[in-house]
Amino acid sequence: MSSSVLYDVPGPRAIVRNRILGVITVLVVAAVIGFFVWRLAATGQFSAEKWAAFTYTNVWIQIGLATLRTLGAFAVAAVGALALGFILALGRLSLHRWVRWPAGALVEVLRAIPVLIFMFLLYYGLPVLGIRMEPYWAVVIALIAYNGSVLAEVIRAGVESLPRGQSEAGYAIGLRKSGVMRLILLPQAIRAMLPVIIAQLVVTLKDTALGFIITYPELLFYARFIGSQSTLGSPIVPATIIVGAIYIGLCLILSAIATLVERRLRRSARTTRVAGANQPTQEVTDTELIAMQKGAGKYDAQGL
Amino acid sequence: MGVITDNLDLWQETLIGTLILFIAGGLVALILGTIVGAMRVSPIPIARAVGTVYVNTIRNTPLTLVFFAFAFALPPLLGLRLTAPVSLTLAIFALGIYTATYVAETIRSGINTVPVGQAEAARALGLTFGQVMSQVVMPQAFRSVIPPMMSVFIALLKNTTVAAGFSVVNLGSIRSYMSERGENQFLVILWVMAIFVALVLLLSWAQRALENRWKVAR
Repeated sequence: MSSSVLYDVPGPRAIVRNRILGVITVLVVAAVIGFFVWRLAATGQFSAEKWAAFTYTNVWIQIGLATLRTLGAFAVAAVGALALGFILALGRLSLHRWVRWPAGALVEVLRAIPVLIFMFLLYYGLPVLGIRMEPYWAVVIALIAYNGSVLAEVIRAGVESLPRGQSEAGYAIGLRKSGVMRLILLPQAIRAMLPVIIAQLVVTLKDTALGFIITYPELLFYARFIGSQSTLGSPIVPATIIVGAIYIGLCLILSAIATLVERRLRRSARTTRVAGANQPTQEVTDTELIAMQKGAGKYDAQGL
Repeated sequence: MGVITDNLDLWQETLIGTLILFIAGGLVALILGTIVGAMRVSPIPIARAVGTVYVNTIRNTPLTLVFFAFAFALPPLLGLRLTAPVSLTLAIFALGIYTATYVAETIRSGINTVPVGQAEAARALGLTFGQVMSQVVMPQAFRSVIPPMMSVFIALLKNTTVAAGFSVVNLGSIRSYMSERGENQFLVILWVMAIFVALVLLLSWAQRALENRWKVAR
């Protein structure tokens, strides 16, 4: 670690200081964990009665079904968001102003609306106009609208980061606009942006949890249900731990795929050159990757 | 317009609720995020490991789950009674702890954008650690941190609405109060959307202005 901006190679005094700080870190972390374990023990969360609910097969079947509903909403929303993302990106890249302008305005507005408010509009707002919507569709449509608009910016940034020579060469061999886009620009842009696209899908998966608030019976909804059963001893804490572990596990798997793809892409020199970005040797975060792309989409708050 | 002018009290109350969540949550996120960011770039391996585990776990946790844990699982653990101020405090910390990971990552990548040669040159000149930090590294890191940090705060502003699901008064929860008063929910939500679009556009404009002003010439 000698090549850090922040500190030099430590001398004897710095080594002692670092060790002391290391011990303090361990103590603080141990204190926080210890506090929670103590509270868990003191409120009887480790007792068998609190976990009795999770000895029933039926409870686990319900948890499995709730996981499937979470994944079901995620899968449909992911496919829809990718489709909408492509359409909006193509719209924003269009050479016709009457296509480009509305697409741009739509992307900006959809990105600025909180996903939950969009779900409220679909679930609570539309019935006023006489349209009743299932919570499932409210979740899916809101997720498609938001993540589609973010993905549109990602794809657009990817296309715009390509060297101009790519499209010029395409036109030179006689391809039309659609051919240049479909055969030359999009494949390279998607390759370069794949890690960011997958990272955005992690956001989509995380945001399916918002469905809990509009009564979509996903994992959190079931945790709340089982946690409020007084006949089972109201095991809200164990239910939160179990459902939380499932959610975090699912997101970690998807994130790991994104990291894997990123690493493989970086290994192939061809992508590095094509992406036109001077890829740093260190680990690149998604934000940095986007930031490296030229154009208006930089530093966007996707990923949050 | 009637939806707004007839219920000014509610709009004011909820807007203030959103701003409290935004500002207080932002403060918690900044303080915690700076600590975690510093841990992630520190020369102490154990601190780096703790920072990495924190960031990777919370970044893969849905915000709704963080709120859920704070609103439902924490009160029985700590023996809290859920009054309005307690709910608000829990919501602020849920938002802060979630957003802190993004603040930490922004700070870390900002520091990573400063070329090593800058600090090496400063050290070669004989500047002390404090001087290297305050006169060479931090001014450059700060400039490259500001624009992405604004994005983090834009996201935080939008995320404050999640508190509506956990009985904290904010713009996200005005819908339910308005429907009790018999107002048109559809219109109310459209207005809430318009307010958020305006606020977000305002922040993005500030972001662009700051970015142009503080560009690092390299």
